[in-house]
Amino acid sequence: MSASERTPFKNPVIDWIDRRLPVFTFLNKEYGAFPTPKNFNYLWNFGAIAMVMLGVMILTGLFLAMNYAPSTDHAFGSVEHIMRDVNGGWLLRYMHANGASFFFIAVYIHVFRGMFYGSYKEPRELLWILGVLIMLIMMATAFMGYVLPWGQMSFWGATVITNLFSAIPVVGPSIVEWLWGGFSVDNPTLNRFFALHFLLPFVLLGVVGLHVAALHVTGSNNPTGVEPKSKKDTVPFHPYYTVKDLFGVTVFLIIYALVVFYAPNGLGEPDNYIPANPLVTPPHIVPEWYFLPFYAILRSFTIDIHLPFTSFVLISSKLGGVLLMFGAILMLLVLPWLDRSPVRSGCYRPWFRLFFALLVVDCLVLGFIGAKPPEEPFVTVGQIAAFWYFFHFLVILPLLTKFEKPRPLPASISDAVDAKKIVLLLALLLGVSATAQASESNVLPPHRPMAGWPQEGAFGTFDRAALQRGFQVYKQVCSTCHSLKLLSYRNLADLGFNEQEVKAIAAESKVTDGPNDQGEMFERPARPSDAFVKPFANDQAARAANNGALPPDLSLIVKARHGGEDYIYSLLTGFGLSPTHGEKIAEGMTFNPYFPGHQIAMPPPLQADSVTYADGTQATIEQEARDVAQFLTWAAEPKMEARKQTGARVVLFLVLFAGVLYLLKRSFWTRVH
Amino acid sequence: MTSSSQEPCCGVCTCGAKTDQKGQDRREFLAYTAGAMGVAGAAATLWPMINSMNPAADTLALSTTEVDVSGVKEGEALTVMWRGKPVFIRRRTGAEVEEAQKVDLTTLRDPQSDAERVKASSFNGQERPEWLVVVGVCTHLGCVPLGQKATDPHGEFNGWFCPCHGSQYDSSARIRKGPAPRNLDVPPYVFTDATHIRIG
Repeated sequence: MSASERTPFKNPVIDWIDRRLPVFTFLNKEYGAFPTPKNFNYLWNFGAIAMVMLGVMILTGLFLAMNYAPSTDHAFGSVEHIMRDVNGGWLLRYMHANGASFFFIAVYIHVFRGMFYGSYKEPRELLWILGVLIMLIMMATAFMGYVLPWGQMSFWGATVITNLFSAIPVVGPSIVEWLWGGFSVDNPTLNRFFALHFLLPFVLLGVVGLHVAALHVTGSNNPTGVEPKSKKDTVPFHPYYTVKDLFGVTVFLIIYALVVFYAPNGLGEPDNYIPANPLVTPPHIVPEWYFLPFYAILRSFTIDIHLPFTSFVLISSKLGGVLLMFGAILMLLVLPWLDRSPVRSGCYRPWFRLFFALLVVDCLVLGFIGAKPPEEPFVTVGQIAAFWYFFHFLVILPLLTKFEKPRPLPASISDAVDAKKIVLLLALLLGVSATAQASESNVLPPHRPMAGWPQEGAFGTFDRAALQRGFQVYKQVCSTCHSLKLLSYRNLADLGFNEQEVKAIAAESKVTDGPNDQGEMFERPARPSDAFVKPFANDQAARAANNGALPPDLSLIVKARHGGEDYIYSLLTGFGLSPTHGEKIAEGMTFNPYFPGHQIAMPPPLQADSVTYADGTQATIEQEARDVAQFLTWAAEPKMEARKQTGARVVLFLVLFAGVLYLLKRSFWTRVH
Repeated sequence: MTSSSQEPCCGVCTCGAKTDQKGQDRREFLAYTAGAMGVAGAAATLWPMINSMNPAADTLALSTTEVDVSGVKEGEALTVMWRGKPVFIRRRTGAEVEEAQKVDLTTLRDPQSDAERVKASSFNGQERPEWLVVVGVCTHLGCVPLGQKATDPHGEFNGWFCPCHGSQYDSSARIRKGPAPRNLDVPPYVFTDATHIRIG
């Protein structure tokens, strides 16, 4: 823009800058006076929401990266270090981990909105294509980010996804080794994934810039799909849409905050709190919820396609699945040419509207199937749903272009009536199959103690007396076999022990330190800053002492098992029952209906009075199990109370803020309505 | 928007709407409230991020170091690590102690008597001025001064000499010459018995 077109600013400093670098003129043109259709519904908020989530991800990610160690030896531990020791680290990590989910929620709603209202149609094809690219980069980034905590799901997710490329004929295996930098997912893989996970968001930011630039050339689509005809049809972007976007963003942040503070692991898999183990694949691996529909499509291709009348395999089921999965996304790139109906908005296309609703349902079904094990009837349902997905885009949309008779379009935006129903339909998307849980075959579902747990619910706190009793049970019973290596003695101050008591407890254990001036290792009493001393020097020693079974570390056991503290409690009180289905119990094993496989190598650990409680509580098995389950819940998430307290303040603030923004928004919009 | 007026509708924007005074006041109030809440919310969000760069709980917990000084002979020195920094432990000779005690405090940049600096070395009520414990970081810009080894330069005052910018410390590790503003810091420490020091 040339200087002559510039309107001078009143403020001399701003004008001085603007004459040399017209940022303020630009901002005013693109975000101030920018004429915007006046009839957006709330679905048009999701572009701004997605942008805010990208900002949240980049910021939290930056500070997480400062504390994260991308090496297979330290990755898992450094994430727990962030959760336990870094100031506010638990908040940053939960914001980041759940932020990915909410970024996807925003983007998926944004995409479906674009599909319904035909925002991909001429002249916005390139805008749409850039959007699909953003989604692709986002998926790659999210996948690599999920690998970084180096838990079991990270490792096996990385293994499965990188192995997709091995389906490529001839060069596949070489490509996979190149991706790994070795012969399996290992340290080089983790290192490069970290580097790329840091880089890609900035690439994403660049493409978002192009996406927005393209948007500002064509202007926004709107619910009628009719281009603005006069000034009557538009309002300046500021303040009308700045305030409306802010309101929408704040409401979205309320939901986000509720998850971050009150169900931060609800969208994750317990298995990812088990450190990566290249020798053991978890019995049921699933990707994060946002990949489930694509995962279902991948698994739906189960036959080899032969060259007719020969046994030559043209497309193996492996390659077919991979092609379909990538095809499902890449097909969106050509959507503007699959649907060539001149009418944009689904509001005026009765048949399109019906099929669109079916597509939404289809995607939800695919997501649900993706979370299920590959068994019948899920396989068949998944195949039908995958078929329908492609059928919709490749057959139905072109046919609708030809045969559908659209309803008459309004002469202009001002004459149209908004279709609010669609908002409701798409709001359903929020509940995407994330809730679909894996069915665990024949394991008794864990139950909770009659009295429930004091730490439950939005305002639940730990019962300090129970934690101290539970620690006593751990120390006198569990700790003979189970380590608790993520905890240090200093953490016991949280249980209500004073400094002297913590020192005394620590000093009861001996740690190996050194070398001293003579170059020899020596033993000394543990100090509060030392980590809990392990019962065995290494895993091999632990196995040797326990009939070949490795007693798991208990630091994260409550978060690493479905059912959490209920599972611990049920398992500990579930001994002494006899097999109901006549199962044969192997030698050295004990029957326990709550343990996967029903046979556990651990002999019944608790007896009545196996400890004598300092506070005089009667030490029944039930009581001991309850106490130690509470102690282990604390051990898995010592910052739980701080989390809930912060959450209450954040949610209250956001609700008030949303209220003020709503009133402000209404005070502007009354002039338009 | 149908209005053609160019009057600003509130203090923070110029959207050009014409409204009655009451509605305008109300909107102005709401806009300022929202603005203030937005700024406060953004600051409160940024704080945990900035605070995450402060020392973590495990770093703070590691802030004590135990040292066995039984092997240090008179005239020798020992360097140990405390909070990632060197700590100089020096068992001074009688001559060095005497020299340090004789200095006229009024000539010092950071006046402090030698007795004050070795106060914490007492054990069982017995003063032991031969033990000097200081953080071995020059108070100028953080280099480690030379002087721990007999072969090192000790500066003009028989103590330590910082090679970076030439600060000179005496046998009580007080600043005597050069750009450093303060004496070498004395860390918190105690003798847990006659030959063990706990620093921090």
